[in-house]
Amino acid sequence: MGVGFAAESGRHTGMSRLRVEDAALLSGSGQFIDDLAKPARLAHAAILRSSEPHALIRSIDVAKARALPGVHAVVTGEDVRSLSSPLVVGVKLPMECWPIAVDRVRYVGEPVAIVVAADRYVAEDGLDLIEIDYEPLPAVVTPHAALDRVNPPLHEAIGTNLVNERRFSYGDPETAFAAAAHRITVSVAYPRNAVTPIETYGVIAQYDPHAGTYDVTANFQGPFSIHAVLSRALKVPGNRLRLRTPPDSGGSFGVKQGVFPYIVLVSLAARIAGQPVKWIEDRLEHLTASVSATNRLVTLEAAVEADGLITALSWDQVEDVGAYLRAPEPATLYRMHGNMTGAYAIPNVAIRNRVVVTNKTPTGLNRGFGGPQVYFALERLTAKIAAELSLDPVAVIRRNLIPSDAFPYRTATGGLYDSGDYAGALDIALRNGRYQELLARRDAMRAQGRLYGIGHAAVVEPSVSNMGYVSTVMTPAERAKAGPKNGAQATATVALDPVGSVSVHVASVPQGQGHRTVLGQVVADVLGIRPEDVQVVTELDTARDAWSIASGNYASRFAPAVAGTAKLAAERIRDKLAAIAAGQINVRPDEVIFEGGRALARHNPDNAIPFARLAAMSHWAPATVGGGEVQALRETVYWTPPQLAAPDSEDHVNSSLCHGFIFDFCGVEIDRETGRIVVDRYVTMHDCGTILHPAMVDGQVRGGFANAIGAALYEEYAYDSDGAFLAGTFADYLVPTVAEVPAPEILHFETASPFTPLGAKGVGEGNCMSTPAALANAVSDALGVGIERLPMTPAMIRAICGGAEPARPVSAEAPANSPEPVIAGRGLTGSGAAEFAVSQQELWNTLLDPDTLAGIIPGCHSVTRVADTHFRADVTLGVGPVKGRYTVDVELSNLVEPASAILSGTARGALGSGSGRGHVWLEATGAGTRLSYEYEARVGGKVAAVGGRLLDGAARMVIGQFFKALGRQARKASGQAGNAGWLARLFGGTR
Amino acid sequence: MPRLRRDETTSVRFTLNGEAVSRRADPRMLLSDFLRHECGATGTHVGCEHGVCGACTIRIDGTMARACLTLAVQVEGAEIETVEGLAPEPGRLSVLQDAFRRHHALQCGFCTAGILMSLDTLFSDEPEADEVRIRDVLGGHLCRCTGYEPIVRAALDAVSRLRSGKTNV
Amino acid sequence: MKPALFDYVRADSLDEALDVLAAEQGDARVLAGGQSLLPMLSMRLARPRVVVDIGRIPGLDVIEAAKDVLVVPAGLRQATLLVHPGLERSHPLLAAALPWVGHAQTRARGTVCGSVAHADPSGELPLCLVALGGSVRLASKRGRRSVDAREFFTGLMSTDRREDEMIEALAFPGAKREAGYAFREFGRRHGDFAIVSVAAIVTAVAIEISVGGVNDVPARRVWPRLDGSALDDALNTLAWELDARDDIHADQRLRRDLVRSLGRSTIAEASRCLA
Repeated sequence: MGVGFAAESGRHTGMSRLRVEDAALLSGSGQFIDDLAKPARLAHAAILRSSEPHALIRSIDVAKARALPGVHAVVTGEDVRSLSSPLVVGVKLPMECWPIAVDRVRYVGEPVAIVVAADRYVAEDGLDLIEIDYEPLPAVVTPHAALDRVNPPLHEAIGTNLVNERRFSYGDPETAFAAAAHRITVSVAYPRNAVTPIETYGVIAQYDPHAGTYDVTANFQGPFSIHAVLSRALKVPGNRLRLRTPPDSGGSFGVKQGVFPYIVLVSLAARIAGQPVKWIEDRLEHLTASVSATNRLVTLEAAVEADGLITALSWDQVEDVGAYLRAPEPATLYRMHGNMTGAYAIPNVAIRNRVVVTNKTPTGLNRGFGGPQVYFALERLTAKIAAELSLDPVAVIRRNLIPSDAFPYRTATGGLYDSGDYAGALDIALRNGRYQELLARRDAMRAQGRLYGIGHAAVVEPSVSNMGYVSTVMTPAERAKAGPKNGAQATATVALDPVGSVSVHVASVPQGQGHRTVLGQVVADVLGIRPEDVQVVTELDTARDAWSIASGNYASRFAPAVAGTAKLAAERIRDKLAAIAAGQINVRPDEVIFEGGRALARHNPDNAIPFARLAAMSHWAPATVGGGEVQALRETVYWTPPQLAAPDSEDHVNSSLCHGFIFDFCGVEIDRETGRIVVDRYVTMHDCGTILHPAMVDGQVRGGFANAIGAALYEEYAYDSDGAFLAGTFADYLVPTVAEVPAPEILHFETASPFTPLGAKGVGEGNCMSTPAALANAVSDALGVGIERLPMTPAMIRAICGGAEPARPVSAEAPANSPEPVIAGRGLTGSGAAEFAVSQQELWNTLLDPDTLAGIIPGCHSVTRVADTHFRADVTLGVGPVKGRYTVDVELSNLVEPASAILSGTARGALGSGSGRGHVWLEATGAGTRLSYEYEARVGGKVAAVGGRLLDGAARMVIGQFFKALGRQARKASGQAGNAGWLARLFGGTR
Repeated sequence: MPRLRRDETTSVRFTLNGEAVSRRADPRMLLSDFLRHECGATGTHVGCEHGVCGACTIRIDGTMARACLTLAVQVEGAEIETVEGLAPEPGRLSVLQDAFRRHHALQCGFCTAGILMSLDTLFSDEPEADEVRIRDVLGGHLCRCTGYEPIVRAALDAVSRLRSGKTNV
Repeated sequence: MKPALFDYVRADSLDEALDVLAAEQGDARVLAGGQSLLPMLSMRLARPRVVVDIGRIPGLDVIEAAKDVLVVPAGLRQATLLVHPGLERSHPLLAAALPWVGHAQTRARGTVCGSVAHADPSGELPLCLVALGGSVRLASKRGRRSVDAREFFTGLMSTDRREDEMIEALAFPGAKREAGYAFREFGRRHGDFAIVSVAAIVTAVAIEISVGGVNDVPARRVWPRLDGSALDDALNTLAWELDARDDIHADQRLRRDLVRSLGRSTIAEASRCLA
């Protein structure tokens, strides 16, 4: 395997060398975006974000913010509209995708205004002073709701929330299904999540008004096709948008592709402010509004023979991309298009793909990108086939695997699998992973009455994306009109300086993958020098460096494409050096070899010239060398694989160049009492082609596995049914810690890719695809109930294995007269009742008299009458230390004096917004008046996102305080005194 | 009883990695921002600003602390140690840093500074720290790249070398 | 995520701190370890006019142990209490619960009193204080008073502390000789807020069970030495009485399930300790 190959040939590639990146990172001298030296006059931006999932913006008042000392500029959607164009949308649609809300907000967290100030603190002070008047609209939150035409469209010009639909048929799925012995279906839902890098987004932008150029540094990761989207949005030619990346980036996992709308915003803010502007996203912003994987509903049906052979698949996918179809979406849906049969030889495939928009954060790149969604369905299906047909799940997988002699293998949908021996890898995994032991362990555990299950997943991991795959979303006719898109340009430059030392530059943007280490190994091997003698620069500058649209660090393209291209560039310079050396040592160029820091004659090692001297020669003695094409100074190679053609007229597409293979199996135990899932053993077998650096490959596997543990068991960007975002902190969005991530057993199998210069394939994303499915299969096996959604929370598991709940004892009934509302479900609804020792009319007068409302609304500073039945109050609301000032509008309707009324209200403040509607009834009793009420409320914005736990408590407390004050006021109005004990008993002593 | 007004800055004097430092801060400035942007010690990273991710973990008067959960004005007179102070001298690495490099216990390196500060503090407080203790302390850090296992191994390697008296490299 | 403006007072004595609290009419917050306050400041959920730093007041971090009662002053850090000599013997419940409080890094700075003042319904320390029948000593310019822990917590993050008062110290009664103590907790991840936490104290004649994370304040019940189905029934009644709610981490059903199962196992563990 990898290590052996390298050791045998005595080279560096394939060895787990120490990373050249590490010493600086370990010493605190990394250069991340927020560490860079500051340009003169740098100002700082903060972004005001929508508290509403869906609303019209009636007005934005920025006057107070502009007047705040230290604030340099305030930017709104109007400014952005006047200076830029919308971001290009990948599908022809009447959808304007602006990086900031213009006249309407469509998701919680959508930028609404930008404050540029002397520092971030003052900028946030400015945000507090901006007043926005929203007119809320009903929110469309789920893909089901988006498909329901009853619900309002997010983009009125489109008229529907189903923004794209395509059907595909490959082979003859109808006949295969008609002839099938069994038809087996799974319906699953993949959740919203993301691998949330620990470093957030950052952008530093400057604008030169004389030259009309933007100079931007951002921790963007590519693809640099987005550069074209950016320059178009900023209305400048590409050469007037200089985009650079910092030397270090604190993780990306695809997510930092999503920084690009902010490149537009911060660029414009710098232009408007007339000075350089920096924006560093904070964690609340990141979790709420950076980017998410798509949530997807999948119904997948298989035509199956009695022995488990799958003859056809029928996919029905509903892809939820959030509020906008933001570039490069709907790429998540089409990235896997050539791989819809996974690791299996299935000749007939039907696909129905629908893309819907909802009032949630727009989606984008995320580790696995489309793979987790596909394999959660496909591998749940193979497990279900085994369960329903009483077959061994491994036998079902084996029965369907692409035969080992079939490579390169063309899939039904057009993918061209480069290499593999899936059955061979599977056998070794079962043997070396001690699968029989695991089976015995399950038997033993079950014999003890424990809930134990085994799951498997076989996955093909695509890498090096075809830049044309997204165009599969268009019909062949539309594609023909738009012109071809294809390939995967990679670039690398190898340069020699006047003292003969070697530099390498690539157009990739590392986020921790050790590019510099691996490129040093690869280039050193070609040139016969030491890796430490090669200097690698990986930060990118579009004004200076060689790059193309596929540049960037995504789609696991580093090892197969970028490192391979560096090898080609090194070979080109080596060949030139060989020609020069030939003249120096008097041999033919093909007799020159490079070894040990020398160029030498193959058959006479003593006939040599030091590498440095040879490499310097074209600088010092070009005439001797021969000048022109012969000299060896700097070579840039652009490489694109010929296998990545545009989609054909029948929608076949080879969506990726390389296809690794993964086979995972695992054992999980479920704690019946708590619903907790414990991963007992996890074995993951990878064939990622030739391994360039074994430790880094294992690092990629471990990292992807940990991310997948999060996706399978912990992480979800949760939204309330009304569109409020609920996972705004790291205490709500649960990233696994060391205690939650077991160590997987990693196995390797190497079949070199014939399509890449080094034989390598991508490896970083596979476990994000395989692991959630394998774990769900294991949990399904343990429970005997099929898992259909993620994450598998204790509540979900306990609902399956908990059985019937012991009944509520009569003694535990809630007290009937509690003034505190009963909160049921996730939304805020409640009801209650209270008795007052005043007459019905007195209580009515008190309740509906605006002059007394000021005295009884908790925390009320003032009440003004807007109309007869419309009051506006300025109130401070809070729980414990959490206090915020709100403008509360209350409107009264359905007044039936003195018996009932409806109160509807909204509250807005810096911490978020709320709205509610309550029905109040007054009923005369012997002692006085009984007031009963029901209400429903929703809360949005920051409080919902960061303090979900606070909400219902706050509602109860505020309502409790309100009625307490109401009682006091009513008594005062009726001229009664005393009776405090009764009131105190009613309101004060309930807990 | 000094009272610092909201809009005024004051001089905060402390030692940073053994050197006396004085920089100005207003009351609300977070120590994380103060170290990074006023003192230029950018090795301490900011990942969440609410105390969960652990990237900003430093040492204040010998105990581990989240810089983002500390005000700059609180550290008047304190001894602050950050990742920049871990190496015995420029160009060398401590036993712990070297173990991280050998075990590939970092990838992007963004969360690393905080983890190093926690482990360095643990090992000086508890030279006999075992894997349970190491895992408990690591539980206060989020890492998205490594899956944690190499970090645990690096920590175990480092603590055993430190116990056997190995010196910095 | 940066705090709004506030004045900062570094109190040199308790009196100075109390002066500020009295003067600010509820618009001052006490800063001790800062582990709960700082996130609230940075998110601008809390916007006090003044922050009073009590971290430099001499003597506020010295534990008094008198007559089996552990008196924990306002400046004492959670990590310091965790390694207090003899804690496992004198206060086995605290020794069992403290490792569940946050993370090692936040325990190193966070104070015991701060956690009680914050009154998070999932907090382990408020639960222990209620379970042990401890008390809260409040100080203000008006004087001092002591409040029974069971009266102190009045609601979600709300306490009986008046606006001019601060917690000066907590009194944790020591272990009774003839009692077994146990603490258990269930959370989603290491160091997370508890979904349900249970403290049990079992004596020859009684079971005292306290439950955190379900209601706005820790709930406590005292039962005779029930066992078998009588104990199951009592736990079930408790589970339903606690009026659990749904959130993104757990639903009502799981919380009730955990009150029943964690309640049973914690009581069993405390009974074993007694034996």
